[in-house]
Amino acid sequence: MSAQIGPQVITSRFGLSESWTLRAYLGSGGYEGLRKALTMAPEDVHKATLDSSILGRGGAGFDAGRKWGMLRKAEPVYLVVNGDESEPATFKDHALIEADPHQLIEGALICAYAIRAARVFIYVRGEMALGLERLQSALNEAYEYGAVGANIFGSGFSVDVVAHPGAGAYICGEETALLESLEGKRGYPRIKPPYYPAAIGLYGAPTVVNNVETLSNLPFVVRNGSEAFHALGEGASRGTKMMALSGHVRRPGNYELTFADVTFRELIYDPALGGGVREDRALKAFIPGGVSAPWFGPQHLDIPLANEKIAEAGSMAGSGAVTVMDETACAVRAAWRISRFFHRESCGQCTPCREGSGWVDKVMRRIEDGNGREADLDLLMDICDNISPGVRWPPAQTTICVLGPSIPSSVASGIRMFKDEFLEHIRLGGCPFPPDRLRASLAHA
Amino acid sequence: MPETPERGAAVNITLDGRPVVARAGEMLIAAAERAGTYIPRFCYHPRMKPVGMCRMCLVELKGPRGFSLQPACYVPVAEGMEAVTESPAVKKAQDGVLEFLLINHPLDCPVCDKGGECPLQDQTLAYGPGETRFVEEKRHWDKPVPVSSLVLIDRERCIQCARCTRFAEEVAGEPGIDLAGRSDATEVANYPGQPYDSNFSGNVVQICPVGALLAKPYRFRARPWDLQQVETTCTMCALGCRVAAQSSADEVVRFLGVDSDPVNWGWLCDKGRFLFEALNSPRRLSYPLARRAEPVGNGSSGARAPLAEVSWSDALSEVVTHLAEARGDRIGVIGGARLPNEDAYVWSKLARSVLATDNVDAQLGDGLPADLVAGLPRATIDEACSAPLVLLVAPDIKEELPVLYLRLRHAAREGGTKLLEVSPAATGLTGLCAASLRYRPGELAAVARALSGREKVTADVAGVPAAEVEAARALVASTPGLVVVLGRPSLSESASGAAQAGLALAELPGVSFLPALRRANVHGAIDFGLAPGLLPGRVGLAEGSEWFEHHWGPVPAQPGLSTLGMLDRAAAGRMDVLVLLGADPVSDCPDRALAKQALEKARFVVAVDAFENASTAYADVVLPAAIYTERRGSFTNIEGRVSWLGQKVTAPGTARPDWMIAAEIATRLGRDIGASSLDSVWAEIRRVSPLHASVEPDLLMSYRGRDGVVVGTDGTGAVPAEVSPLDPMAAHGISSAELHPAPPGELRSQLHRALGAGPVLTEGTPVPPPPRRIGLGDLEAAGTSGLPAPAHRAGASASPGGVPALRLVARRPMWDGGTLVQESPSVRELHPPFTVALHPDDLARLGAAGGAALRLVSRRGSLVAPVVGDKSVSPGTALVPFNVPGAAVAELVDAASDWTEVTVERLEAGS
Amino acid sequence: MRELGYRPDALIEVLHTAQEAFGYLDAQALAYVGDRLGVPQSKAYGVATFYSYFTLEPEASHSCVVCTGTACYLDGAGALVSAVAGLLAARGQEAAPDRWLSLEEVRCLGPCSMAPVAVVDHEVHGKLTPPGLVSVVESL
Repeated sequence: MSAQIGPQVITSRFGLSESWTLRAYLGSGGYEGLRKALTMAPEDVHKATLDSSILGRGGAGFDAGRKWGMLRKAEPVYLVVNGDESEPATFKDHALIEADPHQLIEGALICAYAIRAARVFIYVRGEMALGLERLQSALNEAYEYGAVGANIFGSGFSVDVVAHPGAGAYICGEETALLESLEGKRGYPRIKPPYYPAAIGLYGAPTVVNNVETLSNLPFVVRNGSEAFHALGEGASRGTKMMALSGHVRRPGNYELTFADVTFRELIYDPALGGGVREDRALKAFIPGGVSAPWFGPQHLDIPLANEKIAEAGSMAGSGAVTVMDETACAVRAAWRISRFFHRESCGQCTPCREGSGWVDKVMRRIEDGNGREADLDLLMDICDNISPGVRWPPAQTTICVLGPSIPSSVASGIRMFKDEFLEHIRLGGCPFPPDRLRASLAHA
Repeated sequence: MPETPERGAAVNITLDGRPVVARAGEMLIAAAERAGTYIPRFCYHPRMKPVGMCRMCLVELKGPRGFSLQPACYVPVAEGMEAVTESPAVKKAQDGVLEFLLINHPLDCPVCDKGGECPLQDQTLAYGPGETRFVEEKRHWDKPVPVSSLVLIDRERCIQCARCTRFAEEVAGEPGIDLAGRSDATEVANYPGQPYDSNFSGNVVQICPVGALLAKPYRFRARPWDLQQVETTCTMCALGCRVAAQSSADEVVRFLGVDSDPVNWGWLCDKGRFLFEALNSPRRLSYPLARRAEPVGNGSSGARAPLAEVSWSDALSEVVTHLAEARGDRIGVIGGARLPNEDAYVWSKLARSVLATDNVDAQLGDGLPADLVAGLPRATIDEACSAPLVLLVAPDIKEELPVLYLRLRHAAREGGTKLLEVSPAATGLTGLCAASLRYRPGELAAVARALSGREKVTADVAGVPAAEVEAARALVASTPGLVVVLGRPSLSESASGAAQAGLALAELPGVSFLPALRRANVHGAIDFGLAPGLLPGRVGLAEGSEWFEHHWGPVPAQPGLSTLGMLDRAAAGRMDVLVLLGADPVSDCPDRALAKQALEKARFVVAVDAFENASTAYADVVLPAAIYTERRGSFTNIEGRVSWLGQKVTAPGTARPDWMIAAEIATRLGRDIGASSLDSVWAEIRRVSPLHASVEPDLLMSYRGRDGVVVGTDGTGAVPAEVSPLDPMAAHGISSAELHPAPPGELRSQLHRALGAGPVLTEGTPVPPPPRRIGLGDLEAAGTSGLPAPAHRAGASASPGGVPALRLVARRPMWDGGTLVQESPSVRELHPPFTVALHPDDLARLGAAGGAALRLVSRRGSLVAPVVGDKSVSPGTALVPFNVPGAAVAELVDAASDWTEVTVERLEAGS
Repeated sequence: MRELGYRPDALIEVLHTAQEAFGYLDAQALAYVGDRLGVPQSKAYGVATFYSYFTLEPEASHSCVVCTGTACYLDGAGALVSAVAGLLAARGQEAAPDRWLSLEEVRCLGPCSMAPVAVVDHEVHGKLTPPGLVSVVESL
């Protein structure tokens, strides 16, 4: 079995020597897309994006071209690049920024030109020290090269690009919380309506918020035409996707794959990709699209990597983070760790998420520690139901933003797929899996 | 997109299957409430922007993909909207939120101030789960910790609804508290070591939906179920905020703001909220006092005997004896702003028709000429707050009429109102003003004349650059519907500047005025004739004498003296009797030397008051009065709104209402002034004062009339079409207006029913006189109208060390040395320190550093104060707080001067 | 701050700079920043306490940050933490006021393909074993 590793739309420079420099970038077709875009009418650039059917790569999968089309007619317009990738096991934007910052800048400028943005803000997760450094150097180079700033490449189009470091809050990956954070405030997601930053965004101005990976595709789209991009993949899943593979596989890492070309089985087992479960152990479960997504089991391995196929099976492609658990992984512990993450990262603004995340964390921990009660399983499902009514996929929510309905995914998956394991913890008064636990004092820190 | 309907237009929605007409622009939660469907909530407050944080108000809304849960507080109504508030899904979501709020909430209701009036407790009892499913450890915080000198926080009880932090920032503009931390460790916090100092901090306690925020003055004082209450009107300033006065065991223990749409929107300032402590002060006067000559023993002749308790009968006989001996024009009645309307009327009648004097003045030389106030076209607060432009010629509104500051702030930020300020120093509103003109103290009138002129201004005016004055003039000239907030920008300038300013601005077409007099019911006192030359109903003495003689008998022919005039006359030894009607001129008159001398030289001084004060020290007889919350009556606020004052507790000892004292004096002088009950007084007022003919006391006492009625405008006496009901979540702790107890039968006499509305005109009766009006042309006439003419000007002199003399700016802070503040233990220390603020350049010229002691010397006296440098103070001026404890700025002020000049010298350390 | 034009919305960037300069944000720094940017101090405090990157207490001389994100956790982050904690306990350094090393657990750091990961004095170490991390720490 050998998977087709698709055309390298966004990772073509990965592995080049000093791929993050302008020299390397220009040596491999860099800024040609932008030069071409600047010769087109902004509407035509927008149309090319629409025709390419590129969906947002941040998790929600909203059509990028449509998003731009929703901009309220007002000035100024801002473009905000969401590089606050902070979800455990998601590390694709990280790699794109570190390895090819100019590609991101070029993509951002193409978008800025299409929507006539007055300014571009690239919000980068504060912990990505190297990425920030390379992005800032790339920006300096791009300014000097004339690709950013006043009168870009003599086209008359001018725009400034500012890199902005985040400060450690997962919630700022939510686009409206990101805008609040950019404005120097606590990262509280804005309540809807207005539903989209395209109407009221940064400083109240119409704003497009796009993910790093999404924009990194644009140089390819403009250079090679929307048909070339659209030809990749099928249905609503066009182009390629960066899959961030982690967990119990032999070859964790980022893989750029053509949508719908590859199944999860291939991603995990292909020698050129995941290379199989480590130590040839049995696969227990995998998370197909980041820790917000419901889990899949071995029976889902043959689902192709395509948004709608994954959705049909009851989960999501999300950001493309696939985490593999082998038979030695404790489902309770894994679900508890994920709930603890959401507990710590809840912004605390609305009640169900602020209180529910902590409650789920505490109950899960109690079960893992061996102090669970059978009634806790119903309790957990009901708490989840009060955060995300029905605990279904796609989820409903009682919360302001989608962090709320992310909380139940792992817990409900754990209970639904591995109920016996939960009951065994309760019966044994402890965890039957190999000890890998933190000292209690630290685990609680 | 469909066109957005005009705000307030009818919008048809379906609520739980029934059609409801909502108003465009309102949120579903408000529309449902008006339609009788109460949607539970915690974070939503009708006077603040919704935030949708607590999620308690989730309801189902129909959308393109079926019904989904949405917060009713955050969804504006829209044509065709379908909402379901009682489905199983809604119930489940709301129960879930309630349970989430409870898991970390302590079960200490029995020791919580809020227990018994707590929305969280109420909703838990009504809909909550029987027992908890939460077996984990609850969240812990240190508790309670102070966030300010008046407010404590118990973070374990907090449900993170952000009502308090939103009030602080959005409503009051003082974001001293904010949310800190994240996730379920989110807390309400002030910056460490930096208390949440605000004139409005008590509001956060009132709107807290749990017992997380606690007011020190009320903490552990009472349990809600022990409280009784009436609705009344706050008399701590002249704005007239509606409050619920709550008592336990015949002591007032709490005031809560009631949402009066035309006035206070539910807010109170801390002065109005916390000064109840003074009502319960052990130093309240309970019995009359008089000086009884002690048997002369050690021959300390000339020393006055101390005041000692006497009977009412003895005290009144002594008063009456002196009054009977005195000629009318040698009797003066100073004060009356503390009195309710009815009492002001009775005292006004006593003075004119029995004592034969027109020397009556409710103001203490710190206000504006009463006939100006009565005569200027009046704006309501709502009119001011919806005007395109408001010109502030006034003291610091944030300190003197605090809740008006909240309204104006809202108008400037959320409405389209522009503010323009004319002030010798920065105020709490300066930051919100389009421009703030800093004139040289004493030269206000020139600025006002320039602003109201048609001529382009090309030269500097009173130290204000020509360009600034011209820009402001152009704005005034091009904005129809100007409202002027008119008061005294500084107490060390004479009243004439502000009065001349008012007259000049009255020339502008369509202008109206909101007077910024601050002292309690000063507007009631003016409207009921406690002002020289002014009879009840804002009627001038000349115009009204025939009408009033018909009703009262003879009234004085000549206008009497103002307070300053009376004090001048008394200081010259030409006053026989001075009546201090709740007045303390020694502390409050901006000319302390004059006040002291006058009280010393007056032959007989009688004070009617609730406390002994600096002026009662000079009194021969002191009569104890029943005050706020101890007696019924009515109140008139700055816009002329007459609203009801309820009684909740009994007055201490034998203290009694002022009108009774006046009636008793009349009786003892052999005259019946027809005041046998409040009802009989009102019946007479409606007969005699055309301004008040349509005001029905019964209506004021009722639910429908709770907001009061405005007199003196085109809509005189009009009752609002709609009274907003109390939102139980916005105003928990306040049971309901309907609980306002009906007054006893005696007071609900049939009198006014028999009278019908309005004065009864029979043949041969004089025609009622019109109220005074000032408008075009009065400026020229001002010279002869009795308004103070510009006074002499102080010549400049140089301070030692070559620093020129500075002009003094004196303003009242909200917390000061006033009696009620000083008798309230929780707040008496909150006044600002006594300092003199100079511009840093002046400070440098003096060679002084901040904190150095300066001696300020005026023609009248001198004071020593530590100096602070402050860039907001204009060069050449010295800013001081008026009347803070330990320093009486009035010692320096010469009330007869347009401004007060001080020389400053640095005291050497140790001297 | 001058570079950023004293705008209130520059708060987070300025706090970054202040923390880089001083190692942590003390009350004085926060108050100064708030004042100059026109941000009320309570707001500056609210922002500083919202973001986990900011610390209001002095750090130790050295720092060891262990990633306990899902991937690292599955690959033995717990053992890494235990090993360093054991080292600290043995040295009795934990509670000393001027500490030698601060041990922190953080949510995912991002380089999940190098799991398990720790950052010792701002340097990333991947595919760590407990003895490996202990030797890195001991070499400080």
